[in-house]
Amino acid sequence: MPDDPAFVERLRQGDKEACAICVREHSTNVYNLALKLTGDPSAAEDVLQETFLSAFKAISRFEGKAQLSTWLYRIAHNAALMRLRKRQVETVSLDEPIENEEGIPEPREFADWSENPEEVLLSVEMRRAMDDAIASLSETLRGVFVLRDVNGLSTAQTAEVLGLSEEAVKSRLLRARLALRERLSAYMATEMER
Amino acid sequence: MNKHECQHLLGELSDYVDGELGQAMCEEIERHLADCQNCRIVVDTLSKTVRLYHTHGQDPVPGDVQERLFKVLDLENLR
Repeated sequence: MPDDPAFVERLRQGDKEACAICVREHSTNVYNLALKLTGDPSAAEDVLQETFLSAFKAISRFEGKAQLSTWLYRIAHNAALMRLRKRQVETVSLDEPIENEEGIPEPREFADWSENPEEVLLSVEMRRAMDDAIASLSETLRGVFVLRDVNGLSTAQTAEVLGLSEEAVKSRLLRARLALRERLSAYMATEMER
Repeated sequence: MNKHECQHLLGELSDYVDGELGQAMCEEIERHLADCQNCRIVVDTLSKTVRLYHTHGQDPVPGDVQERLFKVLDLENLR
């Protein structure tokens, strides 16, 4: 429905019911992309509102070459980056991972927490550790990871949203996943010692 | 454990946990994993990391945020 040309035409005509369907369908992904990129619920709300306001205003320029969702996530991603740059708080980790010859961070944490029970993995503290781990990623890795592994986009769609090649998405995704594994493993190792 | 093999494996890990590698490469990795406990742990915890974010990484849009969004879009009656 949301990528059906007839549905897009309803959006172009300003059909409020169609706009509401579009918002219900995509607001969770847009909000999460903005929240994870900015790390700030208030900024994420601003980005969420700005994305749909801009999209509905510019819908006449949407040519239907990309999916509607791709177009929305691109608007949201750009809006979130604008906010990040305004804040100029690009942080540099003091604990940069050691990289091997191919530029891939080498694992340093070998605690095996893969069999830990779900109630431990889904505790409030673990959720906070997961959020902190995402926040620790560089801006470029964070965008790829959130679109691909949190919002569940395909590699091809992630590449389209970010204007990257699929190879670049795969390379950044690997680095992001390894970095997050490292962070969560360090957290779980501490928990397992308790 | 062969450190060169471990490094080679690292570059393929994402595709491996996503099930996107060819059979020959999978078999090569599984042979290595049978002898390398650290790599086995990395693969298991990497899979778990990806699964955790995939199933539990999204936050719901808070009710008040959703309400203000519909209001600013002039769609209040259609929530």
